[in-house]
Amino acid sequence: MDFMVFQYPMITVQACLDGILLGILFALIAYGMALQWGVMNIINIAQGDLVILGGYIAYFMYLYGIHPAWGVIVSPIIMYFVGVGIYKLVINKVVDRDLFISILATFGISILFMQLMNFAFGADVVLANSGYGTTFLFDSAVVLPNSKIFSAFVSIVFAIGLVIYMKKSKLGRAIRATAQNARAAKILGVDTEKVYAATFGLNAALCGVAGALISITFTIHPYMGLPYTIRSFMIVIVAGLGNLPGVAMSGMGLGVFEEFADYILGTEFRIGSVFLLLVLILVYRRFKLSRKREYLK
Amino acid sequence: MKINRIILSFISAVAILLSTSVVSFAKVVGDKIVLGAAISLTGKYSSNGVHTQNGYNMAVDRINSMGGVKVGGKTYKFEIIYYDDESNPKRAAQLAERLISQDGVEFMLGPYSSGLTKAIAPVTEKYGVPMVEANGASRSLFTKGYKYLFAVLAPANLYLDVAIRTAVELNGGKGVRIAQAFEQDAFSQDVRLGILDAAKETGSEIIIDDKLPKELNDMAATLVKVKQMKPDVLVVSGHTKGALTAIRQIAEMKVDVPMLAMTHCDAAKLSKQHGKNSQYALCASQWHKTLTYKDNFFKDGMTYAADFQKEFGYDPPYQSAESSAALLVFKDAFERANSFDQKKVRDALAATNMQTFYGNIKFAPGGQNVDKPMVLFQVMCDGAGKCENKVVAPLKWASAKLIHPIPKWSDR
Repeated sequence: MDFMVFQYPMITVQACLDGILLGILFALIAYGMALQWGVMNIINIAQGDLVILGGYIAYFMYLYGIHPAWGVIVSPIIMYFVGVGIYKLVINKVVDRDLFISILATFGISILFMQLMNFAFGADVVLANSGYGTTFLFDSAVVLPNSKIFSAFVSIVFAIGLVIYMKKSKLGRAIRATAQNARAAKILGVDTEKVYAATFGLNAALCGVAGALISITFTIHPYMGLPYTIRSFMIVIVAGLGNLPGVAMSGMGLGVFEEFADYILGTEFRIGSVFLLLVLILVYRRFKLSRKREYLK
Repeated sequence: MKINRIILSFISAVAILLSTSVVSFAKVVGDKIVLGAAISLTGKYSSNGVHTQNGYNMAVDRINSMGGVKVGGKTYKFEIIYYDDESNPKRAAQLAERLISQDGVEFMLGPYSSGLTKAIAPVTEKYGVPMVEANGASRSLFTKGYKYLFAVLAPANLYLDVAIRTAVELNGGKGVRIAQAFEQDAFSQDVRLGILDAAKETGSEIIIDDKLPKELNDMAATLVKVKQMKPDVLVVSGHTKGALTAIRQIAEMKVDVPMLAMTHCDAAKLSKQHGKNSQYALCASQWHKTLTYKDNFFKDGMTYAADFQKEFGYDPPYQSAESSAALLVFKDAFERANSFDQKKVRDALAATNMQTFYGNIKFAPGGQNVDKPMVLFQVMCDGAGKCENKVVAPLKWASAKLIHPIPKWSDR
C-alpha cells in the first residue's frame, strides 16, 4: 500500500486527469458494446479483439508513412465491413438464441481473431507514433501527453456523432425500434436482419476508432484484447444498456479508479482491481440484472 | 453409414502408418545426428521463436557444409526435428516427451524463453537427455541441480548488474538511488533479484520498486513517482512491451533521469520504433555484433551478422546468435566425447571450455555459462535521427563512451 497519491496534491490531480482521459476512451468501446447488447442481446467477448484489429489498421498506415491519426477515419470504415462480415458468417445464426450460445460464439471469434492476428501480424508489441507533444499544467507539475487528449477528444466527437445519427437518421430510428421490440419492428416493415448487421458493423467501427486511438496512445499486441472487453462489459453493467450519459460517467469513473488502484496497490494490481470491482458489482447487481432486453433511448 | 466406415478405416490406417514410421527415427541415423527442439513458432513468443529457429538452422547449415561432426573417424551431419510448442509450457513438455520417447531423439536443443525451458528441463532430466539451451536465462533453472541442462547464456540476474555497478562507479563509488519497475514473470523477477543483490553490495538504495502486470501498456503512475522522487537510475524490465511503453511514456511525460537501463531493447527494435526518443537508453544484451570473440565457423560477430542478414534478411538479434552458439557447443562436445553415449556427451558438455563468435563458454555445475559477461549498449543517434546501438560497458568491449548523465529533455 502506498498513499503517495494523496500526499502530493499534484499527483492526485494527475491521476484524476489521466483516469478521465483514459475513461472516455473506454466509454467509447463500452458504448459500442451497449449498442449491440441492447439491440441484439449479444455480449460480445470479441469486443477487445476488434479494438486491437482496429489498432493494427492504424499501425499499418503508420508503417506506410501515413499519419496514424488518419486511422481514426480509415479504421472504422474497414472495421464496419469486418463487423458486417462477422454478423453474416456467425452472429446471425445465434442472434435469437440463448445468451449463453452467443457468449460461446463470440468467445470463439475472440480466440480466432487473436490467433489470426498473431499469425498475420506477428507477436511483436507495436505502436504508432503520432508525434504529438506534451501539455504541461500547473508549472509542469502535471503532464498530459497530447496523444491522450487527442484520444479523448476524438472519442467524444464520435460518441456525439453516433447519438445524433441514432436520433435523426432512418437507420438509427430502425435500430432503436428493433431494440425496443424486434417483432413489432418487423411487422411494421423494418428489415431487422439488416438492422442487426448494421448494428454489429457500427459496433465494430467504434472499436476501430478506439483501436486506432490506442495504437497512438499505448501499445497493441494480438493478445491484449481481453482487458478491453472486460472494461467495457463492466462499464455497461454499471451504467445499464440505454443510458449513454451513464456509460460516459461510469467509463470515466473506471478510468480514475484504475489510476488510483495503480498508485495505491501497485501497477501489478491495476487490471486485477478491475476484475475485483467487476465481481463486486456483479454480486451487487445479481438481482437487478434481468434477462429482459432493455431498450436504447 | 458405409462411407463413414470407409473414412474411419482410412483414418486408422493412416494413424497406424504414422505411428510406426515415426519410431524409425533415432538419435543417429546413417550419417545424421538428429537433435530435437520444441520451438514457439506460433503464440506469443513466435517472433523470438523464429529468431531461435533461424539461429539453429544457420549453425546447422554452416557446420554441415564445413565438414560436419567427426565422431569415431566418421563424419556426421546435424539434423533438427522441430515441433511448434505454441508458446505453451504444457505443450512444450508434451512435445519433449514425444521427441524423446516416440521420435527417439537423444539430444535436445532448448526452446525459447525461461518459462518453456523450465517446463522441458524436468523431462530431459528424467530421460537423461543432454539439452543445450540458448534462451532460458532464469536463475531458478540453474539451482535445481539439473545434470543434463546446459545454457550458453548468462543467467538473468546478471542482466542489469553491470548498469548498477557502472552508475555507482560514476557516482564516485557512493551508492545510488534506484527506481525500478519489473514485470511479474520469472525472467524479469530474476533480473530484479540481481539488482537487489547489486544494490546491497554497493550500498545503493531502492526508492521505487514497482511490479508491472502482464497486460502492461501504461506505466504512467510509475513515471509520475519517478518525476517526484528523482532517482539516479531507472531500471525497467518487462520484455518488449516494457521497453516500448517505457520509452514512449518517458518521452511524452518528459521524465528526466540520469540513467535509464532496460532489457529487450534489441527485440523491441527500440531505435526503429521510437527513433530519437530512445536515445541514451542503456540496454542489457547477451551479445552484440561488434564484440571481438572469434571461432572457426562464423569467424566473428560482424561476419555472423552479415551472413545472417544475407540468409534471413534482417540483422541478427542476440537470440539468434546464442542459438547458433548452442550447436557449436554440441559439435565440440560430440567430438571430444568421441561417442554418442548420452552420459559421455553429458560429461564432455560439462567440461566445455571454448570460445565462439558469441562469447566464451564454460559451464558452472548448475549449467549456466559463467565465462561470458553481459554487455550494455547505449542507443546513440546522430543529427539526422539515425540511431545505433553502441557497446559502452564493460570497458573491454566498449566501442563508444557512455553518455552520462542523460541530458535533460529541455536541453535536447
